[in-house]
Amino acid sequence: MKRIDILNEVSKCDGLIVCNIGFPSRELYFLNDRPENFYMLGSMGLASSIGLGLAMSREEMVFVVDGDGSILMNLGTLSTLANNKTDNLCLVIVDNGSYGSTGGQKTYTSGKTDLEMIARGAGNSEVVRAKNKEDLSAALSKCMKKSVIIIAEAEPGNESVPIIDLEPVEIKNRFMGR
Amino acid sequence: MVDKQIVDIIESSGIDIVLSLPCNMLSGIMDEIDRCKIKHVSVCREEEGVGIAAGVLLAGKRPMLLMQNSGLGNCVNALMSLTSLYEMPLLIMMSHRGGEGEKISAQMPMGEAAPLILDSMKIDHISIAGINELEGLKTDIDYAFENNEILAVFLKRGLWHETD
Repeated sequence: MKRIDILNEVSKCDGLIVCNIGFPSRELYFLNDRPENFYMLGSMGLASSIGLGLAMSREEMVFVVDGDGSILMNLGTLSTLANNKTDNLCLVIVDNGSYGSTGGQKTYTSGKTDLEMIARGAGNSEVVRAKNKEDLSAALSKCMKKSVIIIAEAEPGNESVPIIDLEPVEIKNRFMGR
Repeated sequence: MVDKQIVDIIESSGIDIVLSLPCNMLSGIMDEIDRCKIKHVSVCREEEGVGIAAGVLLAGKRPMLLMQNSGLGNCVNALMSLTSLYEMPLLIMMSHRGGEGEKISAQMPMGEAAPLILDSMKIDHISIAGINELEGLKTDIDYAFENNEILAVFLKRGLWHETD
């Protein structure tokens, strides 16, 4: 899968989306911009944390699009997620084995590191690996009933999409319904 | 006593969730939080707390980060490129280590640097060293949330020694 295919599947779901910094947010903005999307413009690593804060405080389903490089930067989050169980958080980790927004440098998931095992070891029981669109769409439909972590395997690379021409405060205000 | 007073102020300021990492000086406050209605979530690293706080805020609720001042160093970028960038209000309460009476030498450099780091981040901070200084705290917290600002509160060692 390409990352944009993953984003396309996620954006078909009914719920809030927290999207990772850089190309993931740019691609989602290009693909399906809507007020329920929160685009991260900085703070690499914190997508899943923002999603957890939302899921703990709201009823709606919360989808987080994270990345392998980002999750490696904030591995503690997987323990925090496991120990603060919510039933409305779906964490999709796009695993393309690379730092996509900075030139495609390799991450350790392209080497020996297995995010699925780390997520399970942190105490998360619902961890699914999605190798293709069928896997992903099946995993996402499971999400509507309970919290799941999906490791979505993707090819490295970015789409040629424009930057997000929204002010940060505008992203926040429309997300909050103001 | 002082711990309960502080948590009463936090509660009356409408704080919904506290994200915390422990400190010896804060153990009483953490116990009081667990006794009240505020949700209390432990985080693994302070920066993670900044992220969760942003989500809580986006849900229309009031978050607070409780940590040792050393944790400030672990969340500088997130406070700038998330909290501050999106103009999200946040209450940060920190035990202020270092200074007079500090027994651990490693606490000295960050204890001294923390207020200066906040200055350079243009984050308002106040220091509370005695019970009488708790008086204006609720007003300061309300101001921060009403004006989408970050407020950092240093709790000094003297605050507890006063009641010994």
